[in-house]
Amino acid sequence: MKKTVVGGIVAVAIAAMWVASCKKETIDPGKWQPISFNVPKGWPAPAYTFANNALTYDGFVLGRKLFYDVRLSKDSTVSCGTCHQQFAGFAQLGHDLSHGVNDLLGTRNTPGLANMAWHTSFFWDGGVNHLESQPIAPIQNPVEMALPMAEAVQRVKNANDYRTYFENAFGNDTVNSQRIFRALAQFMGAMVSADSKYDKYMRAEAGGTMTASELNGLTLFRQHCATCHKEPLMSDFSFRNNGLKPGTQNDSGRAHITRDVADMYKFKVPSLRNVAVTAPYMHDGKVKTLDDVVEHYRTGIYSSPTLDPSLATGIAITDNEKHDLVNFLKTLTDSTFIKNPLFAEPVK
Amino acid sequence: MKRFTIPVLIAMGSLIAATNSCVKKDPPNPTDTTSTDGVGKVKLEFSNVVGSSNLSLGNQWYKNPNGDSFKVNVFNYYISNVKLNGAKRTYTETESYHLLKQENTSSLSFDLTNVPYDTYTSVTLMIGVDSARNVSGAQTGALDPANDMFWTWKTGYIMAKMEGVSPQSTNVDNMLIFHIGGHAGLWAGQRTVTLNFPTPIKVEKDAFNHVHIAADVNGLFKTPYEIDFSMLSGVMSIGKESQMIANNYANMLSVTYSGL
Repeated sequence: MKKTVVGGIVAVAIAAMWVASCKKETIDPGKWQPISFNVPKGWPAPAYTFANNALTYDGFVLGRKLFYDVRLSKDSTVSCGTCHQQFAGFAQLGHDLSHGVNDLLGTRNTPGLANMAWHTSFFWDGGVNHLESQPIAPIQNPVEMALPMAEAVQRVKNANDYRTYFENAFGNDTVNSQRIFRALAQFMGAMVSADSKYDKYMRAEAGGTMTASELNGLTLFRQHCATCHKEPLMSDFSFRNNGLKPGTQNDSGRAHITRDVADMYKFKVPSLRNVAVTAPYMHDGKVKTLDDVVEHYRTGIYSSPTLDPSLATGIAITDNEKHDLVNFLKTLTDSTFIKNPLFAEPVK
Repeated sequence: MKRFTIPVLIAMGSLIAATNSCVKKDPPNPTDTTSTDGVGKVKLEFSNVVGSSNLSLGNQWYKNPNGDSFKVNVFNYYISNVKLNGAKRTYTETESYHLLKQENTSSLSFDLTNVPYDTYTSVTLMIGVDSARNVSGAQTGALDPANDMFWTWKTGYIMAKMEGVSPQSTNVDNMLIFHIGGHAGLWAGQRTVTLNFPTPIKVEKDAFNHVHIAADVNGLFKTPYEIDFSMLSGVMSIGKESQMIANNYANMLSVTYSGL
């Protein structure tokens, strides 16, 4: 223990010396803010630990610039932030399906982004296994940003406005995909949402006083939902068939990745953080409101061989309980997070 | 404990980042220290062929073992985890990842450096990329996903890629498309093979040995599964078809020369 701490202190000292010796200038020194990644009290250890990719302000800022840069799409119209809108919990308001270049439609609903460092896989089918390996998928997907990665790297290389950012973040202006992905991972990994009313309630902090209805909703949530939507991340990150009737696309979900018929129609359990602002819902965006979501579990379960056993008979709750459950779900909105200027598109 | 873990990890990360960005230094090769005599170089040179013909992209017609005509437009594969098996020791190449592309002839050969003096009788290598590098986030160099040998929708490297055309193919425009991936589990696409040298090579002072390895495109379609292009003209995901091709390409390499 002591050894680790000493090692850590030495490492910090060396890192600080490196910063002093190598760093040329800071972008917008007046706006500099310390960036840190802290595991909120009571949360499990994250999956992404910033190994080989130490979180720094400059790395984060580069990642943010890339996240909001439309030049990473074929026709320079779509950025990551186009479909991941901060005010919508980094989901896309009002779009059933994600929406790419040339108004092409994707096949699934844009998931919200928060606490990505804890996610053990990415996308509704979990096909991507690492935070740094995520961005290449939408960048290259023909119905999202449609830009071959080699061309994306070349565009960033050619863009003069990136040079200082790379120097500050990585010590020189070399641009490659690894640096792009690591910077994006710093930005996404630092997006921690742990300041909702629910969180304050759990920490017994000011602003955490729940109404009777919300408290009853929490009790119901723990009875009926929390096995899959496990606290505190509000997902166990497993893959389950939640009884949605397959649509015309007959999206096979997890089975597309594993080629296992036992995984047919299974999708990653989404986190419910900021769920009140991330409508529409489900992998196909077919469910429009939280009320409808709860109603789906109450009366709308479509039975098929891979249906999650816990949903075989649906969730039996009364109208009043449904109302309370929805009220509880609204306490998961973290307005500090969805309004944090640190995560917003930088003003040009 | 947890309170310390994250800052320590981040600090250690900073240290690694600092080392990477400011100090240019090759990592020490652990096998160096065991050699008291010295080290040399060995060149591995790959030649892509189709049966007994040299591979030429785009214009040349070939026949697979089933007798189907085909042309080749793309032939790429990873070679990784290269080892030389010697009388006294095994040499292990560090950061051993090579992407060989027929379209880029300079990619078809590479030097093994810091090879301890010894007599080596065979090479062991992996066709493909080990699972660890498929699950460790952003890589660079040969493993840069911008090299177009990477599945974005199901994270992982395409171990080997062959594209072409065949009149027998039932695909659009008679295309042949074989992208063999899968890095773990039942459908993993890597194959590790040991290839004996026709003549042992002696790594010693002033001796720069060469090893010529032929990679046969027909190796993907020959043994143990003879492929009929009218039945199978494309593989772009994991499954029993990808295993057939991977089991075949385990036999695609042969050493044609070893010596000075």
